[in-house]
Amino acid sequence: MVAKFDLTDDSVVVVIGTGAGGGVLSNELAQKGVKVVALEAGGRYLPEDYINDEWESFGQLAWTDPRTTSGDWRVARDFSGLPAWIVKAVGGTTTHWAGASIRFQEHEWKALSTYGAVEGANLLDWPIDAAEMAPWYEKAEAKLGVTRTGDRAGLPGNNNFKVFEKGAKALGYTEVHTGRMAINSADYDDRMACQQTGFCFQGCKWGAKWSAAYTDIPRGEATGNLEVRDHAHVARILHDESGKVTGVEYFDKDGNLQMQKARIVCVAGNSFESPRLLLNSASEMFPNGLANSSDQVGRNYMRHTTGSVYAVFEKPVRMWRGTTMAGIVQDEAHHDPSRGFVGGYELETLSLGIPFMAAFLNPGGWGRSFTTALDSYENMAGMWIVGEDMPQATNRVTLSDVKDQWGLPVANVHFSDHPNDVAMRNHAYKQGMAIYEAVGATRTFPTPPYPSTHNLGTNRMSEKPEDGVCNKWGQTHDIANLFISDGSQFTTGAAENPTLTIVALAIRQADFIAREMAVGSI
Amino acid sequence: MSKIERQGLTRRALLARSVAAGALVVAGAGFIAAPNAAWAVEVRVISEHQMATLVQMARDIYPHDRIADQFYAIAVKGYDAEERKALVEEGVAALDAAAQAAGHADYVSMGWEEDRVKILQAMEDSGFFQTVRGGLVTGLYNQKEVWPIFGYEGESFSQGGYIERGFDDINWL
Ligand SMILES: Cc1cc2nc3c(=O)[nH]c(=O)nc-3n(C[C@H](O)[C@H](O)[C@H](O)COP(=O)(O)OP(=O)(O)OC[C@H]3O[C@@H](n4cnc5c(N)ncnc54)[C@H](O)[C@@H]3O)c2cc1C
Ligand code: SF4
Repeated sequence: MVAKFDLTDDSVVVVIGTGAGGGVLSNELAQKGVKVVALEAGGRYLPEDYINDEWESFGQLAWTDPRTTSGDWRVARDFSGLPAWIVKAVGGTTTHWAGASIRFQEHEWKALSTYGAVEGANLLDWPIDAAEMAPWYEKAEAKLGVTRTGDRAGLPGNNNFKVFEKGAKALGYTEVHTGRMAINSADYDDRMACQQTGFCFQGCKWGAKWSAAYTDIPRGEATGNLEVRDHAHVARILHDESGKVTGVEYFDKDGNLQMQKARIVCVAGNSFESPRLLLNSASEMFPNGLANSSDQVGRNYMRHTTGSVYAVFEKPVRMWRGTTMAGIVQDEAHHDPSRGFVGGYELETLSLGIPFMAAFLNPGGWGRSFTTALDSYENMAGMWIVGEDMPQATNRVTLSDVKDQWGLPVANVHFSDHPNDVAMRNHAYKQGMAIYEAVGATRTFPTPPYPSTHNLGTNRMSEKPEDGVCNKWGQTHDIANLFISDGSQFTTGAAENPTLTIVALAIRQADFIAREMAVGSI
Repeated sequence: MSKIERQGLTRRALLARSVAAGALVVAGAGFIAAPNAAWAVEVRVISEHQMATLVQMARDIYPHDRIADQFYAIAVKGYDAEERKALVEEGVAALDAAAQAAGHADYVSMGWEEDRVKILQAMEDSGFFQTVRGGLVTGLYNQKEVWPIFGYEGESFSQGGYIERGFDDINWL
């Protein structure tokens, strides 16, 4: 029986956003008997609703409310209103995600200690480490059914992977495989095995890929402890005179402003919306926004050092067939400053269909140099670079002068690459192109970063309250019953795709919240 | 269709050639497509010359020799609208003026793509160029009918994915 809680029920935990962080947290709390109201700005879509068509799916699922951009990243020029490619729907961006699920390396929890101070970067060690996270990672891997962990087999390699693997091995790389993927290689947890349809980014119509939309959300609802309200856009978090949060105001399906009381509020709107919400909740008592005594809310925005390499061969590859991202080279993921930068990067297979390739291969490009690349689309292979980028205090989310449909100031996203990011990307381009050249590529394309899919760091965790927004549990330093529960709590980004870590942190946070609630400390 | 013919389009002539491609569907607002007769582009607000210039410009921006005119026409069809009339008038006039300055009658009658491209490069930062180019990214490449020309197979769920249809069939490595 799906729960229904009263707006005046101040015993509930309110979770804002139902993606990797919020969706998992909601279910985990509900499983422990905690009453949860999850408020989600988007609508509900299930596998039968997903569309095998890039732009149509984008129109169905993506967050297209206004945002603004600044800084010298190319996204601000080519996609000025679309700094990120993320989802507005129940399940959040876990509908779009590709499923690559890898743990941080041990040293990445301690970036400042390992790399030393880097000029212009606001590096910090996480207040947690690999040993602390190991059991939570294990639970997260089991929840997501990650291949090549536990006793789960790897996925078979598709055409795009075979080209990538052969080139990588020719270069001497050894850590090359079809990835640790939250995609079933065999039936698992009531979800079927991957059918290699190749539209992982558009929502998996088979349910082979894990998404909170059809796992954690319905399972949480089945406990009777979780009520998910969709089309509920949270406008503001409220607090009392003691500085504790007391509830939230949100616009419901019909555009009416509602107030939901709460014992605890957990913010999980992804790294633009979470800080935006804290900033938009400024009050007389907290004029700079909630949980912002450190002035770190919105700062240290990270998006991973990304880029893609596509290559054309004499003969067909048909990279779009099969899983979008099941292929990885991990040899460059370690920290080796002799390469001219700190931190490391992963190379992962990637494919886009013709519509997205036209939009993203070289935004703004035209003429024969561009069109002859597309003419060879059938013979193309592709990979994505994902590496650790440097947190910078000036890369940040602030409130824009532009307002959204609710009259609320939208997020402005300011980003400029750090020289370390540029050096890493150039190294990765070179290696990526060499991989394809080793198997006979006739032409390669070092492709610029897309609108950000990995958005991190804007409410970061820190040991000391002055260095960040929340503590090692995601609890804000300033307000004990206000939590950060999404990727915005990342202290640093590491080289790995972030979602497994977001999920592990959410499971761990649920455990903490339930425990503290039981002893009455929050 | 030669440049000259494009210049002298009649209402029904523009898309006539590509009918051979077969089962095409109505794909753009205001388009009238008769499956077994000639394709027509209906121009209501802008002139035929302006439409012909837009089609040529679209091809010069994203030249794919295996893509027929009709797909470019579909992609720019939306400019035949009251609210875009001024933009088109001004833009086409600028193209023609540049062509005349280079000794040609107008843009569409210039024989070589590279000569036309030089004119486009000179106006690359204009609102007209950027609007037309930006619109083509989805207007041209999001037409399902052009995907097979690139080899792209599109939707695959209804066919059971590629698990038994060649996801790993590469044979030349
Ligand atoms: C194409 C693509 C591919 C990706 N592939 C991978 C991958 O292979 N591996 C990986 O690890 N990661 C991948 N990611 C990234 C991954 O999806 C995100 O890191 C992850 O989903 C972020 O989790 P989150 O909880 O921070 O936010 P989200 O999952 O984005 O959830 C946030 C939710 O909050 C809602 N929300 C926001 N503001 C409000 C508000 N004010 N009121 C109510 N609701 C609100 C949003 O609508 C959204 O549903 C990919 C992302 C994309 C776009
Ligand atoms: S390739 Fe596999 S995981 Fe991806 S959408 Fe298709 S069935 Fe789902």
